[in-house]
Amino acid sequence: MNPANNSPSTLFEKVWDQHIVAEEANAPSILYIDLHLIHEVTSPQAFDGLRRRGIKVRRPKQVMATMDHSTPTTPGATIMEMKDAQGQAQLIQLVKNCKDYGINLYQLGSPHNGIVHVVAPERGFTQPGMTIVCGDSHTSTHGAFGALAFGIGTSEVEHVLASQCLLQKKPKTMEVRIDGELSNGLTAKDIILALISKIGTGGGTGHVIEYTGSLIESLSMEERMTICNMSIEGGARAGMIAPDETTYQYLAGREHTPKGTSWDAALEHWKTLPTDPDASYDSQFKLDVDDLAPMITFGTNPGMGLKINGQVPDPAQISEPEERKTLEKSLDYMGLRPGTKILDHPVDVVFLGSCTNSRISDLRQAAKVLKGRKVAKNIRMLVVPGSQEIKRQAEAEGLDNIFKDAGAEWREAGCSMCLAMNGDQLEPGQYAVSTSNRNFEGRQGKGGRTLLASPLTAAAAAVTGKVTDVRTLL
Amino acid sequence: MNTFTKIQSNGIPLPQNNIDTDQIIPARYLKVTDKASVAEGLFADWRFHSDGSIKEGFVFNQTEYADSKILLAGDNFGCGSSREHAPWAITGWGIKAVISTSFADIFKNNALKNNLLPITVDEETHQCLFDLVEESPTAEIEIDLESQSVKLPGDISFTFEIDPFAKKCLLTGKDQLEYILSFEEQIDKFEKGCQAIIIN
Ligand code: SF4
Repeated sequence: MNPANNSPSTLFEKVWDQHIVAEEANAPSILYIDLHLIHEVTSPQAFDGLRRRGIKVRRPKQVMATMDHSTPTTPGATIMEMKDAQGQAQLIQLVKNCKDYGINLYQLGSPHNGIVHVVAPERGFTQPGMTIVCGDSHTSTHGAFGALAFGIGTSEVEHVLASQCLLQKKPKTMEVRIDGELSNGLTAKDIILALISKIGTGGGTGHVIEYTGSLIESLSMEERMTICNMSIEGGARAGMIAPDETTYQYLAGREHTPKGTSWDAALEHWKTLPTDPDASYDSQFKLDVDDLAPMITFGTNPGMGLKINGQVPDPAQISEPEERKTLEKSLDYMGLRPGTKILDHPVDVVFLGSCTNSRISDLRQAAKVLKGRKVAKNIRMLVVPGSQEIKRQAEAEGLDNIFKDAGAEWREAGCSMCLAMNGDQLEPGQYAVSTSNRNFEGRQGKGGRTLLASPLTAAAAAVTGKVTDVRTLL
Repeated sequence: MNTFTKIQSNGIPLPQNNIDTDQIIPARYLKVTDKASVAEGLFADWRFHSDGSIKEGFVFNQTEYADSKILLAGDNFGCGSSREHAPWAITGWGIKAVISTSFADIFKNNALKNNLLPITVDEETHQCLFDLVEESPTAEIEIDLESQSVKLPGDISFTFEIDPFAKKCLLTGKDQLEYILSFEEQIDKFEKGCQAIIIN
């Protein structure tokens, strides 16, 4: 039950209601934000705003900062030695802003530096029932813990820094139910790509998705993060999964989680969060995974996904003119012919990384495929762990050697080629199988062509040099 | 903040669906720490070839649209990242309204905070607007926020919906942060009564 109004409620409604500070007629709600994550790209103008207004950061302890988007991933890189002057200026600005306002920053070179959506959960900042925002759309990742987490713009970053609050209209709720189990060669990434290919990139617009069902319950926290991470690619504001034993086990003992009696109290609270049996959603969708296969995208938005053994669709078969034009333009950009198989399409680059798939379990999966094999001659493979902590863990397990022996590049943590801001980028015309989350035109480098897939599928492409069904290699 | 006034202009047609924020402003233009220079990157990869030369065929490079204040775009405009650089680039270019059948949530929020009016229309109206602009690229479209109406040549007009709070902010130049901070007492009270957040 929702203590706020004593009626059956969804996970989202509980978290939402518990964070309303004030509400006026004809105005959005004032929503309290528990945790604010910041990085170098979307925060500088917000701090400028604070300075202009002469306002302090209201709760610096509830802000966590990292640098990830424009940081170099070459071993031993430092801010001072960066070649990219603009990127460097942005990092220096973040250091200054965090120092001036007393914010905890994991800067380049810190043992805890890494991608914001990887670092916050692994340090224990991300907790069930919280409201979490970041000037970054993949903030939806943190919903895996049963938090309400979503991306905001820079004006809103300023609002939250100044007031710890946000003006928000209550979104609608959508249940995405997924029952069943994952068979060999399939991953959480295949599930979320399959979902987005069904609902489209605008399918979740205006909604917060809650993922339910036996398959979701069987997933690890890292797999749940992969799913929630890409909720935004289906247009949803946020994705959430009810906290359970898997969640509590992940959280226990992490640096910033509550300890002792505070832990007991938190646990008691967290256990009240899951959706009540009689609660209802504004809309519902059931994803059938019985005939799921490894997924890969062929186009220029994440909704353009296919089963690995499927065929590139034909625009001639689409009646709606704008949709047809969009697909034509997309295939033209991708250099793919309608009706052809995506399987065996040659690949130039394999990117294993990003806040979607750069965690230790992702690296382990890819390493399993690469072990004892070589990266094909035509392939450049980059392996970019999501955080320094993951990098150390992987090195302790010897995964780095598996990657290096195979001929892949073992890099420092960061966003890297996910958005190609730091110099890690595709050349025009190159094809990349990438474990990241966006295949937009030029996303991984001007003219570059991205095929989104799971770490397993990426590793398979690295080995064969072409799009491959990983199940033939397992 | 400036207040939003009536707009009269021809419309720039960009009929593709799902125009994402990486097209509106590619990531390499996000390295700035100010807002003013962002417009240089607006649709950069559609405006320029790899060698820096201009792509003549692209609407943003055509003279009849040089002073346009209205962008007419396909479904789900602004999907992708939360970068507020997208509306900064669009307004920096001189555009004051975008018309589409739908907008990505974060883009819409960001637009409204930057004096950029996102207007959602039904498919039929959308098609009629594209037909109009295709037939006569200089046809004037008039947008009046106060009456929430759009007028087209030949006495055609339609109305649009907008969140009343957003409308008030646009029309009066109301500062949203000041509005939030006017609830300081409630925020204090909320923080005192709140046990849920424990960050060690
Ligand atoms: S890894 Fe990619 S999607 Fe994730 S935060 Fe970085 S740039 Fe954004």
